[in-house]
Amino acid sequence: MQQIPVSLLTLVAGVLITLFSLWVGQHHSLLPMQASEQAPLVDGFFNVMMTIATALFVVVEGTILIFLVMFRRRKGDETDGPPIEGNLPLEVFWTAIPTIIVLGLGIYSVDVYSRMGGLESGGHNHTPVHVAHQMPGSAIAATLSDGSEVTPANNPDIGIGAGAKEQGKTADLVVDVTGMQFAWIFNYPDSGVTAGELHVPVGADVQLNLASTDVIHSFWVPQFRLKQDAIPGIPTKLRFVATQVGTYPVVCTELCGGYHGSMRSQVVVHTPEEYESWLTENRIAQQQQELQQAVAVNPAELSVSEFLAPYVRNMGIVNGQLSMVNSK
Amino acid sequence: MTLEIPRNQPPGKEATIVVSGTTHHHPEAWKWYHYFTFNVDHKVIGIQYLVTAFLFYLIGGLMAVAMRAELATPDADLLDPNLYNAFMTNHGTIMIFLWIVPSAIGGFGNFLVPLMVGARDMAFPKLNAIAFWLNPPAGLLILASFFFGGSQSGWTAYPPLSLVTAPIAQSLWILAIVLVGTSSILGSLNFVVTILFMKVPSMKWDQLPLFCWAILATSVLALLSTPVLAAGLVLLLFDLNFGTSFFKPDAGGNVVIYQHLFWFYSHPAVYLMILPIFGIMSEVIPVHARKPIFGYKAIAYSSLAICVVGLFVWVHHMFTSGTPGWMRMFFTISTLIVAVPTGVKIFGWVATLWGGKIRFTSAMLFAIGLLMMFVMGGLSGVTMGTAPFDVHVHDTYYVVAHFHYVLFGGSVFGIYAGIYHWFPKITGRMMNETLGRIHFILTFIGTNLTFLPMHELGLQGMPRRVAMYDPQFTHLNEICTIGAYILGISVIPFTINALWSWIGGKQAGDNPWNALTLEWTTSSPPAIENWEVLPVVSHGPYEYGHDVQPLAATEAST
Repeated sequence: MQQIPVSLLTLVAGVLITLFSLWVGQHHSLLPMQASEQAPLVDGFFNVMMTIATALFVVVEGTILIFLVMFRRRKGDETDGPPIEGNLPLEVFWTAIPTIIVLGLGIYSVDVYSRMGGLESGGHNHTPVHVAHQMPGSAIAATLSDGSEVTPANNPDIGIGAGAKEQGKTADLVVDVTGMQFAWIFNYPDSGVTAGELHVPVGADVQLNLASTDVIHSFWVPQFRLKQDAIPGIPTKLRFVATQVGTYPVVCTELCGGYHGSMRSQVVVHTPEEYESWLTENRIAQQQQELQQAVAVNPAELSVSEFLAPYVRNMGIVNGQLSMVNSK
Repeated sequence: MTLEIPRNQPPGKEATIVVSGTTHHHPEAWKWYHYFTFNVDHKVIGIQYLVTAFLFYLIGGLMAVAMRAELATPDADLLDPNLYNAFMTNHGTIMIFLWIVPSAIGGFGNFLVPLMVGARDMAFPKLNAIAFWLNPPAGLLILASFFFGGSQSGWTAYPPLSLVTAPIAQSLWILAIVLVGTSSILGSLNFVVTILFMKVPSMKWDQLPLFCWAILATSVLALLSTPVLAAGLVLLLFDLNFGTSFFKPDAGGNVVIYQHLFWFYSHPAVYLMILPIFGIMSEVIPVHARKPIFGYKAIAYSSLAICVVGLFVWVHHMFTSGTPGWMRMFFTISTLIVAVPTGVKIFGWVATLWGGKIRFTSAMLFAIGLLMMFVMGGLSGVTMGTAPFDVHVHDTYYVVAHFHYVLFGGSVFGIYAGIYHWFPKITGRMMNETLGRIHFILTFIGTNLTFLPMHELGLQGMPRRVAMYDPQFTHLNEICTIGAYILGISVIPFTINALWSWIGGKQAGDNPWNALTLEWTTSSPPAIENWEVLPVVSHGPYEYGHDVQPLAATEAST
């Protein structure tokens, strides 16, 4: 019986491993759903890395296992193996392959990162006022009660900026985000609304200006694949376009103290109409709260959610739950 | 005081260590109590390092088990969250600074380097002893910090958090790290001088064992990077206690500068941990596969390449903090490039197996286990080195999974491989192979069960360093916790084996593995000052399959 040539076996193994790796790269389902414009870019990149990693994993681990079986010491054999000390072409080959792979991944990652907005060159959009805000150590760690002082600069240099599509444009919605032990405060400077969770309209180009009042926090929405530290003294930004309506967790990922694990909030991505009504309700609710301190209001004149808003706020119920009540 | 380095003696001459012009005469053999004193013998110091480090490994391991027990449920119902953070911080600190680094560099380095290069001791024996004796007080300071609330800001100690939580504990923690850092600098200096100047003249540079190349690269890296960490920590200590504001943002300080200073050391620290282990691998695999190491020069030079490139990758820890875009790209590329020399080593070891006569001893099992886990850790490391993906997984359980594959699968397996391999040389007795296999199987299963699910936890959205988490992650966390219990149990057969074999194990003989490096030419355990007559090197350290005369015979003929 004729033997199958080794080169043919290697070829078949190579084809099978390639197909398997390609399949794994597309079907691993390790990542949560995609809900931002950046998410498919990151996932596409991860899938490529997953494909390459699977192939390398199978080849290297497979080789090790095959060698362990093939070259195990047989009983009674006390001799040494053949004195092979090296093979220059082979060594050049396996130095070159990883080099090419990592350089390729490096170039690809630069491309992805720039499309995500990570390479947006900072500095050209600044008025002198903004520059003054960015003086090191100027915009810092005051207590929350002096809220005005912790407002981040309008366009911080550091962070994830405008992606390819939004380059050169100002964001549709700017939200000032302040991290503190152990909560996130979201302030909408254009509408004066302050909330304990983030509400954004789907498809809008949103810029978060991040600041921290005490220690370093890190703002992460896994479904957006985006994360940016909120650093006391250094304003940072995170710009994104949410693409799926829904509610997603906001997680603090930088150790910020004992209850770091409980520093969780959520981002609610609304349809534009829902967002407008949320904004209106909150604007009214917050105005009502201020008004109530001065004058009596006839409750009969208020809608259900307007009537409830100041109470739920005192009861510690978050705004999202209120708007859910409202939508029902 | 003048200190004369014991130069290589020509064969046949008595060797003495001359300090201040007086000659020290050592006893025939060390008594047990010599191991608890300020002893200047490199072998005693190596054993002191190994045993002390292992005790700290048990303490750090208990902290890890307590943390995993806490994480078996989503709520912080077992440990107070502040205590959890103190355990988390000191688990990391102890494992890095008091277990892996001291055992891999201090323990194996001290015991083996002079033996492998044919020297009678390290270049500066007293400095060597001082370097060791800085470690126990450092460990005690860390343990003492628990009486003051325990440092809670993670092993990174980022300000401002480190400035606002448990200031006394944090100060003790800083002092402990400065002590081990000093120890590391003194030790490194000693290794560089010993390897460069005390190698027997008959040993050519391409006959230097790969473990020594690795220790040389490690020492250079430690000398370049450790002072930067010390500087950062001393500034932090001043901020904490003396009213300065280097890192206080509300007084003009910059918290990101600390991160640069910290990671300039602490990323290379990863290589400080792994390079000596790579050295151990390069010694263990050829002996137990009965093959010359494949690509000696490539493996030796790749250690030096990792040492150089390793100094230019630190910013990949800061992709989500305050770094400009260009810097993220530069450090993405440099981080990815480190994978190349590392890959060269892995391919070299795999190729060494090819055509071998592999003996599945406990040492070899751990070496192969390391090889298999390190591939996994290396691949996840490459993914995290890239800025766009790192933005998603930074500070999540994906990172915890990665570095435990590298540091547990990489470093700890390597230390175990080294202990099983050199135990006969260190103690003169063999370890029990059955217990060794049980130890290996438990460790291998435990490691994968604990750390594999963490990849998915991180990708799905679980941050690290949390005492409480979203209930959707409960099931995977339960698996991790069971794995951690198995890892905890795995230490038992090893400890029994080491103690029992040390006291009553089978006599080993000088060279039970038929290895070719110099340390196997002397008695087991080696005599004080290592050799009656210094050996003459007549062949390379890995010439298996060649018709070589054992070195002891060469020595006798001179």
